[in-house]
Amino acid sequence: MSRFWRAFWIAAVAGPIALFAGWALWDNARLFVTTLLNGITLAALYFIVASGFTLVFGLMRNVNLAHGSLYMLGGYVGYLVAGRTGYFVLALAAGFLVAALVGLAMQLAVFRHMPGEDLRQTMVTIGLSIVLADLMLWQLGALAHQVEPPYVLSGPLRELPLVKAYSKYRLSLLAMGILIGVLLWLFLTRTRVGMMIRAGVDDRAMLDATGVNVNLVFAATFAVGAGLAGLGGVIGAVELSIVPGEDLRLLLASLVVVIVGGMGSIPGAALGALILGVAETFGLAYAPTYSVVFTFVILVLVLAFRPRGILGRPA
Amino acid sequence: MSAAQWRGAMNAGAGRLARAGGAPARAAGVAVEGRGQARAWISGMVRPHHLVVLAFLFVYPFYASPFLTYQIGAQALALGLIALSLTLLGGYGGMVSLAQMTVAGIAGYMLAILGTSGEAGISLGWPWWLAALLGIGIATLAATLIGWLSARTEGIYTIMITIAIGVAFYYLCLQNYSVFNGFQGFQRVYAPTVLGIDFRDPVPFYFVALACALAGYFFVVYLLRTPFGIALQGVRDNARRMGALGFNVTAHRVAAYAVAGVIAAVGGILLTWYNGLIAPNSVGISALVNILIIAILGGMGHPVGPFLGAIVFVLLQTFAIDLIDRERFNLLIGLVFLGIVLFSPDGLLGLWARLREKLATLRPRAAFNRRRSQR
Amino acid sequence: MTCSKRVFLRTLAGAAVFAAFSAAAPAQQPPVRIGLLATLEGPFAAGGADGMRGAELAVRQRGGVVAGRRIEIIKASSNANPDVAVNATRKLVEQDKVDIMVGPLSGSEGIAVKEYSKTQPHVTFINGSSGAQATTLVNPSPNFFRFNTDGAQWMYGLGRAALEKGYKRVMVIAEDYAFPYSQVQGFMSEFCRLGGRVPVKAWVPLGGKDYSSVIARIPKDVDALLVVLGGADAVNFLNQYEAAGGDKPMIGGSITVSQDVLNYKGKRRDSLVGTLSAGPLADAYDAPEWKAFVADYQKNYPVSAGGYPSPSLFALVYYINMKAALDGLEAVKGDLSDGQRKYREALSKMVLKTPVGEVRLDENRQAIGTTFITEVVKDAQGNLFNRVLRKVDNVSQLLGMRKEEFKIGSRDEPSCP
Repeated sequence: MSRFWRAFWIAAVAGPIALFAGWALWDNARLFVTTLLNGITLAALYFIVASGFTLVFGLMRNVNLAHGSLYMLGGYVGYLVAGRTGYFVLALAAGFLVAALVGLAMQLAVFRHMPGEDLRQTMVTIGLSIVLADLMLWQLGALAHQVEPPYVLSGPLRELPLVKAYSKYRLSLLAMGILIGVLLWLFLTRTRVGMMIRAGVDDRAMLDATGVNVNLVFAATFAVGAGLAGLGGVIGAVELSIVPGEDLRLLLASLVVVIVGGMGSIPGAALGALILGVAETFGLAYAPTYSVVFTFVILVLVLAFRPRGILGRPA
Repeated sequence: MSAAQWRGAMNAGAGRLARAGGAPARAAGVAVEGRGQARAWISGMVRPHHLVVLAFLFVYPFYASPFLTYQIGAQALALGLIALSLTLLGGYGGMVSLAQMTVAGIAGYMLAILGTSGEAGISLGWPWWLAALLGIGIATLAATLIGWLSARTEGIYTIMITIAIGVAFYYLCLQNYSVFNGFQGFQRVYAPTVLGIDFRDPVPFYFVALACALAGYFFVVYLLRTPFGIALQGVRDNARRMGALGFNVTAHRVAAYAVAGVIAAVGGILLTWYNGLIAPNSVGISALVNILIIAILGGMGHPVGPFLGAIVFVLLQTFAIDLIDRERFNLLIGLVFLGIVLFSPDGLLGLWARLREKLATLRPRAAFNRRRSQR
Repeated sequence: MTCSKRVFLRTLAGAAVFAAFSAAAPAQQPPVRIGLLATLEGPFAAGGADGMRGAELAVRQRGGVVAGRRIEIIKASSNANPDVAVNATRKLVEQDKVDIMVGPLSGSEGIAVKEYSKTQPHVTFINGSSGAQATTLVNPSPNFFRFNTDGAQWMYGLGRAALEKGYKRVMVIAEDYAFPYSQVQGFMSEFCRLGGRVPVKAWVPLGGKDYSSVIARIPKDVDALLVVLGGADAVNFLNQYEAAGGDKPMIGGSITVSQDVLNYKGKRRDSLVGTLSAGPLADAYDAPEWKAFVADYQKNYPVSAGGYPSPSLFALVYYINMKAALDGLEAVKGDLSDGQRKYREALSKMVLKTPVGEVRLDENRQAIGTTFITEVVKDAQGNLFNRVLRKVDNVSQLLGMRKEEFKIGSRDEPSCP
């Protein structure tokens, strides 16, 4: 894209945003800064969940529409473990492990037997999500469940400039998101398995040709991707609750994040999560009636002008 | 291939040949063909079992109870029509769009907003035929827009993008009260009384639904044999090659969305009249996925598939509570769907075809013929 | 044992009881078939199950027989979608040929079923627990009867109680759909008329769980927050509110101050004492009819068999409507002939005795009933419970206003900033 057009697009997007930010700061600075913080922390949660989704798609071209169900499964498991043992860290680990195991089972029992049939795999994930959602509804009832945050993270952080008080847990969300992002980056760039995954995203056939056990790499990737969804479920179970319907909401959020940010790209997931989290939260604060439609309008605009997503790469 | 061989190939069944992969080459050849195929097509098409099925469909409402006619018959036909649009797009165009129910819902909402409903403050009260026609028109425009957004993306992306568009429309309907009346939606959206016949009654409504379903079915069967239909299947099989041959791939795809949009819109109007209402839940994500389930259940290989799927779906939905708890209906339908996708991806039609093959192998004459031809 | 298995087994057990009773008391007339519809799928599944328990309790109290006729209950389920509800009702009415229909559970389903009832004049439709105002106020159906009060009636009297407590400026936080609209309308119509002010209304999109933006918008000068969210969402809100450093008192809607909220373990637990709320029932009501009802519920549906420790709102309301159906049958001695004309007359004129007081019907066949104003207090053991502050009788659907000045609740109506 020529330099002129690039500058034009950046101005077209950044201009209205800067104008709005200026007005909002002048109108009610506390609300603006609080909403910004809320948006960034929500984006961290979306990033954790969407990163698993984009990892699975990027490598295996499998649109896992059961990702939301894995989120909810992890959340429920975390709730049960936290209730039984009282340790939040144990709940996090349990949520990650159970979702990873279920993801591993899905890959080994089902998807491995239909290689390359992307559409069919997606249909299977739709069916699995329906079945999983109803099983969870049956076993755990339609009530909402919430996990208690660890004592050190509960309550407000006081004496902050301008904002006065902010939830410690939400700030920890941001920390967790950054931590997981860094860990994922290290995993993908500094470990052998990560290198194989990146190679597979670039060229699957070549990876197979170099003698790597592709099935093993796929299984590991699916397990990690599913585990991330489950981990997100436990983290989300504290801030939002776990209730039938959350699986669809988080699935849609993941879809929007990876479509906007670009499929198969972890930095894309971070960027997409940031855009979605901030847009959704500002929408809820300043124009709550159409906040959800607003986020989908962003999605449609990105699709119209950059069908691959902002940081997406061609298949 | 000579012109006569082309004609023969057309009469033998374009669908079968298309799946053999020869569509792009055939598309190039068909483009130079003249007329006269339609007559040959019709005489070659109609077979005895078609007539039996047609007779059954016409006689059904006269010996079935009004409940079975209306809740099973008419509902299955309306849902089947919407699923037919998905079969056209997905099975023959390679684009699995989950926004077909959204298009149907747009038609339904426009019908309610422009026609008469229980919301006198919003509905404009225009005559039913005007509201219905405009509803179909607006829905087709919307389908074209959806197609324009989705056509430049490849297969898997289409599902994701159409889900997102469908959910966006759901939230728009849910949150907007000035036009879409929000959570309540529109009640009392009834089929009209024309020439003294009240089309809210089960038997007249059934025949309207049947007429629309038959029209849609024959239209799709005919479309698939036209140059456009063949080209569409070519685009499904190998878009790059079609592009190299000079076909405008994106235009074909968008046109397919538009055509499917018309079919889905008609189905949407029928469904709205059937329910007598339209609400955000009618276009919610479970409604979107139900259409996919119906299309896959019946089989995407032939235009009769969605209707088969719709009948099975509606029967399960209505009578599940007598068999198992209705509470676990979603579990049942999810398991059935999983089973179909895992073991018989062509749906019920695929099962039927495999069954026929198995029965054929049991007949000694067929086996003898096969052995003879193998020498 | 899972919830639905318990429901199924209890249905079997109930059927066995009915069979035993019907063998003992031979009926001269054919059994009366009553269809029962509740949401047994989706987010209201737990409420729907309890509603069915309440309805079955009414049948059990009569031993499965009314006016010499055996009672046959045929169940159906929906998922809060109006078209699913109409399909399920149509099956019960046209395929299973029920004489009387009891249901549905949720508001928009109720409106759709009411419209359907107009096409089936030979069947009497009685509400389950749907509480939308429009069901009986707008285009009422001549054979649709509602013996429970609607969402706005459930809040009548709370506005006055809030002003008495010193809350002059209140912010509304509620979900953006019909039921909360009616609840807010019931509160505000009285509150505004008596001089209260509602400067901000925050409508949270349906299903949204992130209240951070709403909390950020709470103005400094409001005295209290009217929170009309479900119990679990209210706990979520309280958690987020506490984490953000908030400290304003809360006024609850009818489903807000539930057991989840009363068991709240956060640091602000003590500040929950004094929370006002209103609804059609109160756990701590001490009238003998209520206590008898609770004891009967607990005996038939112990917690081990899937019941709640105390009957929920859904159980009570379904019980009331089914009891009305059966009391009406007894009044006409089981005579459903002539298009059920006598039966419907009996229903319209009936003064129904319920565990929470008397219920009569107005000219739209809508209940005129009782509302309880409650307050959260701490007992000797330190547990929180809802004490009955006041009982308001004869609450009509127009809330004491004239028909011309009454407006159904919406996002903007009523308004007194």
